[in-house]
Amino acid sequence: MEVLVILVPLALGLGLAGLLAFLWSLKSGQYDDLDGAAWRAIADDEPAEVPPSERA
Amino acid sequence: MQATRDFSHYVKHLGSGLQHIDLAVEGVNCAGCMSKIERGLSAMPDVTLARVNLTDRRVALEWKQGTLDPGSFIDRLAELGYKAYPFEKASAEAAEAEQSRFLLRCLGVAAFATMNVMMLSIPVWSGNVSDMLPEQRDFFHWLSALIALPAVAYAGQPFFRSAFRALRAGTVNMDVPICIGVTLALGMSVVETVNHAEHAYFDAAIMLLTFLLVGRYLDQNMRRRTRAVAGNLAALKAETAAKFVGADEISQVPVAAIRPGDIVLLRPGERCAVDGTAIEGKSEIDQSLITGETLYVAAEHGTSIYAGSLNISGALRVRVSAASEATLLAEITRLLDNAWQARSRYMRLADRASRLYAPVVHATALLTVLGWVLMGASWHEAIVTGIAVLIITCPCALGLAIPTVQTVAAGAMFKAGVLLNSGDAIERLAETDHVIFDKTGTLTLPELEVVNAADIPAGIFALAGQLALSSHHPVAAAVAQAASARSPLVGAIEEPGQGVRAECGGVEIRMGKPSFCGAEQMATDNADLDPEASIVAFSRGEEKYLFSVRQALRPDARAVIASLRQRGIAVEILSGDREAAVRAAASVLGIDEWRAGVTPADKIARIEELKRRGFRVMMVGDGMNDAPSLAAAHVSMSPISAAHLSQSTADLVFLGKPLAPVVAAIDHSRKALHLMRQNLWLAVGYNLLAVPIAISGIVTPLIAAAAMSGSSILVMLNALRARNSGSQARPAKIDAGFASDRVLEHDPEKWEPVFRKDHAQIKDMRS
Repeated sequence: MEVLVILVPLALGLGLAGLLAFLWSLKSGQYDDLDGAAWRAIADDEPAEVPPSERA
Repeated sequence: MQATRDFSHYVKHLGSGLQHIDLAVEGVNCAGCMSKIERGLSAMPDVTLARVNLTDRRVALEWKQGTLDPGSFIDRLAELGYKAYPFEKASAEAAEAEQSRFLLRCLGVAAFATMNVMMLSIPVWSGNVSDMLPEQRDFFHWLSALIALPAVAYAGQPFFRSAFRALRAGTVNMDVPICIGVTLALGMSVVETVNHAEHAYFDAAIMLLTFLLVGRYLDQNMRRRTRAVAGNLAALKAETAAKFVGADEISQVPVAAIRPGDIVLLRPGERCAVDGTAIEGKSEIDQSLITGETLYVAAEHGTSIYAGSLNISGALRVRVSAASEATLLAEITRLLDNAWQARSRYMRLADRASRLYAPVVHATALLTVLGWVLMGASWHEAIVTGIAVLIITCPCALGLAIPTVQTVAAGAMFKAGVLLNSGDAIERLAETDHVIFDKTGTLTLPELEVVNAADIPAGIFALAGQLALSSHHPVAAAVAQAASARSPLVGAIEEPGQGVRAECGGVEIRMGKPSFCGAEQMATDNADLDPEASIVAFSRGEEKYLFSVRQALRPDARAVIASLRQRGIAVEILSGDREAAVRAAASVLGIDEWRAGVTPADKIARIEELKRRGFRVMMVGDGMNDAPSLAAAHVSMSPISAAHLSQSTADLVFLGKPLAPVVAAIDHSRKALHLMRQNLWLAVGYNLLAVPIAISGIVTPLIAAAAMSGSSILVMLNALRARNSGSQARPAKIDAGFASDRVLEHDPEKWEPVFRKDHAQIKDMRS
């Protein structure tokens, strides 16, 4: 059961990394236009930058 | 006189020589539009960023300072085929957006915690029935506590705040039992962990919050979206005023940039966008949007001009006043305040449910504790069982029962062209059994139409339309539009207050007042035919014709009245207009109950009378004079063309020319109320099953988790049925997102908002 000492912090660390990634994506405005983002994924041309003013 | 456009009010300076502007764009609804707009705008020199927001139908633009005028973006978008206008986020909208983000952050934290606590709980559940060591179990419980406690403290904020507010106001809402349940579950789990017990409920507490936050986020997102659409519609009305910036110099500035004390020029055919007092000039104004009266009112020095008045004949200089200065407005505001106070007595279904629910549940828990003690159990055991009752009855399903249905129903209404201003409007709307319509602008369309077009030879009509293009008079503009005239006649002369004349093929043609065209006799003969219409005469040599121009009834008004009756709803008209005009409309629509010349106070009195007789009254109106009665009624609705005050007072706003959204909204809300009740019963049924298990003391965390998530999911799935109103003939269109309106977007007739067209602007566009 010593393996828990490695596995539990590892699992929690991964979870926390996921949460931080989510909070970052939220903050950088990636959830502001869900409809548009769905289409941009399959658009041909280069995506435009997210405007700095929307990064609240 | 071509005034300059001044959009500097909307431009934000970002520093380092960059400028930013937000534009609301009409008709962006697919990926194609998105890249077309972005490419088209990025191709302009010095534009550093052009990004479309497809959800909100907006474009964010940034460019290097100095070279470009914001007006050129609007022109560029017009070339691409999109109508656009700069806008400013209303503070309410910004607040909704911030709240929406906060809820999403809470949801993220709660979901992270739930997944990790579950990961720790499942080994404990399986370990309890096999070979887990007590030390390992304690370790897992402590880890769960470490995750769950801070997560609940953060993600539970929306619930704690709302429960605290309710308690401080001396009431109980659904969040109170939720908070009690969650807090007790966590508290007991910590105590149990200290005591090395077998069961801890960290997973139940945090999972509950996750489910509730999903419901709350969806609800908030729907509201944010509705606000964004309403904000766009307001911006695209492009309300501007010609402000004097020098002695004789004017600039066309957005209304948002006008301040009290400014002097604006109101040209004939223009709709006034501000409240003020005339200080120079002589004219007639159409105040139908304010008072419901379709007869023109004389305006001269000292006359109060309200936003929404249409100037008819001569130019006026108007000094802008603060809203409270105007007497009519002050009176309406006073009535409105009274009506709001009376309104707040309504208790929402959710609050009624929680008022019944909380005492029953808490009493059951208390009785469980006492019962177990009386039967000889230890206090510790008894309290643990009592708290288990509270955990399992924690109103997860109940808390989701109503908001999820509201969200789905609001999405369905959105597709039908109805925007919701307040969430609980759905339940009030469903109870409606008496509808009061205002006439002007509600049963009728705000635009003028030529009603006797069929009686006039096509050639004459086309010629009259061309001649009418040279006049600023709104009635003439209506004739021009009805004839779809494009090219004005060369050499046409407008005689102010009389009409226009021109030479055509050697014969003089005239259009205007009957006296101007020598058609007085003809006009007197026809005067009693249509009391509501404005008569405009047209003469070519000795040939004379009369155009009867008026606000026509909405195309489907009759059908809507009939289908309201079919649903057992009584209909009546209360109008501020003259008796003859109201009588004519009522008889066409087959409405027996009508009153004319009604003041705002009279309207409220009538509503109060109906309320006393037990009716649930819905008021549908657009005029400023309707605002107090919109607030006084049980539920209220406005067309999008309504006065600002009325639109913000109404619970629902409908778009487009048809009146059909009124019926669609009632159908959707009735179905939604039915589902809300059904969901509440589902939640109660779940409790009837789960509570005996909890009271008997055999609940394990596994049973609690399974039961709570099961009932929540059941309630959410049931709520999805609110997408179709059931009684609608139109086949239901299945769409992936709750609030996606993409389907309807291809039904242009439904979505073309009825904008009050600024005739002067249309003229500018034509020339």
